[in-house]
Amino acid sequence: MTSLSAEALSVYASPPPRGQPVVVKASVTLRPGEFVVILGPNGAGKTSLLRGLLGLAPYTEGMARIGEDAAAALSPAARARRVAYLPQARPLAWPAPVRDVVALGRYAWGGRIGRLGAADRAAVECALQACDLHPLADRSCLTLSGGELARVHCARVLAAETPLIVADEPTAALDPRRAFQIMDLLRAYVAAGGGALVVVHDVALAARYADRLIWMKEGGIVADGPTSATLSAARLGDVYGVRAEVDGERVAFIEARQ
Amino acid sequence: MSASAGNPRALNIGAADFAIASLAAAGVVLIFAACLIGSTPLSPVRTFAALVGAGTESERIIVLDIRLSRALAAYVVGFALAASGAALQGLLRNPLAEPGIIGVSASASLGATFVLYYGLAGLSPFMMPIGAIIGAVAATALIVAAAIRVRSAVTLILIGVGVSSFAGSVMSLLMNLAPNPFTLAEMVTWMLGSVANRSFVDIAFAMPFIGGGLGVLFASSRGLSALSLGEEAAASLGVDLGRLRALIALGAGLAAGGAVALAGAIGFIGVVAPHLVRPLVDQDPARTLLPAGLLGGAALVAADIIVRLLPTANELRLGVVAALVGAPAFIAIAIRTRPRHD
Repeated sequence: MTSLSAEALSVYASPPPRGQPVVVKASVTLRPGEFVVILGPNGAGKTSLLRGLLGLAPYTEGMARIGEDAAAALSPAARARRVAYLPQARPLAWPAPVRDVVALGRYAWGGRIGRLGAADRAAVECALQACDLHPLADRSCLTLSGGELARVHCARVLAAETPLIVADEPTAALDPRRAFQIMDLLRAYVAAGGGALVVVHDVALAARYADRLIWMKEGGIVADGPTSATLSAARLGDVYGVRAEVDGERVAFIEARQ
Repeated sequence: MSASAGNPRALNIGAADFAIASLAAAGVVLIFAACLIGSTPLSPVRTFAALVGAGTESERIIVLDIRLSRALAAYVVGFALAASGAALQGLLRNPLAEPGIIGVSASASLGATFVLYYGLAGLSPFMMPIGAIIGAVAATALIVAAAIRVRSAVTLILIGVGVSSFAGSVMSLLMNLAPNPFTLAEMVTWMLGSVANRSFVDIAFAMPFIGGGLGVLFASSRGLSALSLGEEAAASLGVDLGRLRALIALGAGLAAGGAVALAGAIGFIGVVAPHLVRPLVDQDPARTLLPAGLLGGAALVAADIIVRLLPTANELRLGVVAALVGAPAFIAIAIRTRPRHD
């Protein structure tokens, strides 16, 4: 079973001589069948933690493992076959058709765009189906709405058919219905045996979907556990600096704390 | 549902393959047309006979050694510059990147000018291509290294313009200090760009570099598809970014440097050709290389035919005509490039 783990992982923004790390001695694990959401304010080190876990951050201390192997030592292709990653910034240099963007998810299996093998094509069709993108498959990505584009990127990640998915703010800038759609897709993936590690800014959405919440503040992990055990008004005050009311999975934000 | 959704794509691939085959055929037709043109009138039948080795000896010399070698030189140069341009555009994710714009051609010309200035060309016929390639690879490596640090594509193009200006000014300096008028005239030829009087021997000395460079570009082009999603996504998809950058820089430097060694600086073909063929291949940068090269080769042969047909007192230089047509096209592409988040 492939899992993703960090032991006392610190991530630095620059090479030595370096200042304070942006992630401080973080230890986390993601196993297949888990839906884990990372929460924390802007600048808490969430993205840096993801990149460190994937071995994509150049300056780290401690250990990040993908399966049994050190993340940094894995070849890019070997890593891509175990974990699919959806970064926060999703530029598209050329206005490619939807199907071609989704097909890029098969890159590590050797699928050449436009000349995919049978297995790759099946994976792409399956991902298009799951994300309800068949009607748009031959449209240029340039013509899509933000919600449709989010589904395309989600399909690209699903098409990889990796045991794990790491997604950085997959629901950013989406309306509630589109955000639910993306989280539903990820939940279906987890139900099928995958493991998902997702950064989300909407605490209520995270509480609704996650099996486990990881709370980050100033580069460190301040809590890691089931929603019921870690979501509280005091926690929101401590992590985000807001006054809030919590009732089970329901969250109501009231005001910024002075 | 899935079956019907698969069909349009199948048609699309057929259309792309048909377009590529048409471009290749156009190249062959244009090269044959170029063999028909010249001061000695020859019928198509006799030209064809000379091409396949029949006909009189003088006909064979005219058609093969003068006309065909010149047309092939134009084709090879156009192919190399356009394919390098397509690869650099994919790597830098900018439709304006091109050997001429980002200073690769100018640096290659500078390398060739150095060889001329110090009279090294007499040492070996390889000196000229080697000088041009050292200049081209150095410039490509500099731009690609800058691309790692500089996030803005516009800044990157400006750095290339700076490299181009610098190479141009050093070249002017060398011309200023040229030891004799003969060397000066040779240097001017390199700056203007031409395939006049290129023999098979000239092509043979540039070919290992152009062929090797194109081989590297085609072998590593797949990563360019993934790179269209950005560097972070490309790395997570399984692209070894450092390797891809190095290979594209090396391949483009070899191919463009070899092209400059053969014909001097010929601009804009590397930006216009990829731009025109991109819609044929669904905007995929990896698949742009082949049709861009085929179009670039055919276009440069056509431009060279025009150069030879124009009744001017002095024959126009191919590079001058390419720039006269290409520069306005470049401006049009720049204006129509959609705004991007750099």
